Amino acid sequence: MEPVAIVGVGMTEIMDNHLASNYADLVFEASQKALADAGMTIDQVDNVITISNDFFDGRTISSMAVMDACGSYDKNVSTVEGDGTFGAFYALMRVLSGSYETCLVCAHHKGSEGVMSLITNAMFDPIYERSLGIDAITSAALQARVYMERYGVSEEECALVSVKNHGNAFKNQVAQLPLKLTVEEVMASPYISDPLKLLDCSPVSDGASALILASKSRARQITEKPVWVKGVAHCCDAFHLGDRDLSSTRALEEAARKAYAMAGISDPGREIDVVELYDAFSYMELMWLEGLGFCERGEGGKLTSSGETAMDGRLPVNPSGGCLSGNPVVVAGLNRIIECALQVRGDAGEHQVEGVRTAIAHGINGPCGQSHCVWIMGGEA
Amino acid sequence: MENWRENQEIIVMEGRIKVPYTWAAGEVGTRYLETLRDQRKFMGTRCPRCEIVYHPPRRNCPDCFEECEDWVELGSQGELQSYTVVRRHHPQLSPLPLPFAYGIIKLDGADTGFLHILSDFQEGELAVGSRVEAVFAEEREGNIRDVLFFRPVKGVD
Ligand SMILES: [Zn+2]
Repeated sequence: MEPVAIVGVGMTEIMDNHLASNYADLVFEASQKALADAGMTIDQVDNVITISNDFFDGRTISSMAVMDACGSYDKNVSTVEGDGTFGAFYALMRVLSGSYETCLVCAHHKGSEGVMSLITNAMFDPIYERSLGIDAITSAALQARVYMERYGVSEEECALVSVKNHGNAFKNQVAQLPLKLTVEEVMASPYISDPLKLLDCSPVSDGASALILASKSRARQITEKPVWVKGVAHCCDAFHLGDRDLSSTRALEEAARKAYAMAGISDPGREIDVVELYDAFSYMELMWLEGLGFCERGEGGKLTSSGETAMDGRLPVNPSGGCLSGNPVVVAGLNRIIECALQVRGDAGEHQVEGVRTAIAHGINGPCGQSHCVWIMGGEA
Repeated sequence: MENWRENQEIIVMEGRIKVPYTWAAGEVGTRYLETLRDQRKFMGTRCPRCEIVYHPPRRNCPDCFEECEDWVELGSQGELQSYTVVRRHHPQLSPLPLPFAYGIIKLDGADTGFLHILSDFQEGELAVGSRVEAVFAEEREGNIRDVLFFRPVKGVD
């Protein structure tokens, strides 16, 4: 793959309710921050990708409604309905096509304005599933059950993820929900849909993010600290929950295998310095760690209990606080990429991990992690 | 601007999107739902190549992409592959009063699981791998809720 770099990033604060900003205001803020970070003007951006979801926005063609806010006039624009990691993938392909030099990618979400359970219910099949009332949390609970029973993963091991990530969030200025928690407190939080308790679930969030990708030659002109895309892949599993082995991470394993091969990584446990993954629920961090090859299947809980994934561990996972500490859907995956870019640059601030050379960002799309997108980034082309 | 904000609450528009919509079940879905309604029987389709029996029935095998033309009658009992007891009632979504559960159920004769509701169980009675049976509605309309819910099969280990 021709080298492509992330040359600018911007995130709004993640909040439970961004009342003072509408969608477009959030997109404008994130875009401005990414441009300022890159030291670019909007004229130097030659195409734009927006990422949004119509149901969440409560309008059709939601992507087009924010074009004014991300400087798209007279530019080639296109849109992705899905997680930010997939939108950024599309942007990457546009730059790789050779037709574009710089691409601005924007994602926005205001969970505060809709009803999350009703909207996520609508992702299920209208003939066979939707009238049963299933939603994102109850479907995730079905996955958590199968995963935890198959491998003997305890609720306490899942709770550790929540304790760790909410704790990490104290050092991330954009995080919504830093919490000083104990495993006992997570265990004592009320069941929503067992085995998932309130503190196993990510919050409803508002936020927007933007990043700028550039071709090799442009990246070197724009910044002294380009973050290079070393490997990237995505892979999809079955849509119907009953068609899948919900305890299996086969789609993630395949995406990771391809991304590692592209990046020339043979031993991710040794070669990766920091991970930002999509922990919409605490158990997901354990599953995705396994799928990414950092431990054997079913061993994610042990890896977490050992402290290796803590901020001061051998492999810090979600030093930003992850989605558990703020989950603007579709923005969340883009934030994982942005956090990794900041880590590689050494610009992550208080939650900077020391000596990061290679980072992994991960996003999901569809119910219970149907599809996975893996990004490997580093400081050298 | 800052002074102005001190005395001004942000204005929030309220709305409700309500768009009538229809979803055709298609020939495969209609045959399935009609059999459920008129005969209280579940049907699946079998892939001619990998022989996987899909339930709900599928026009094509998602695994190998062959067209599934064989129909297979399934049992109305099956194995519970996963479950979650819902602890928070949602006025617009919850299909039954609490406590109810969601389950993924692999019916006898099927190779895939399907999603449905569980009710009429005791606390702690549900288990992965346990046997459950369908309870049909008296008045059936040709939709997935013609099955009221599944419940544990009584008196069987
Ligand atoms: Zn097949």
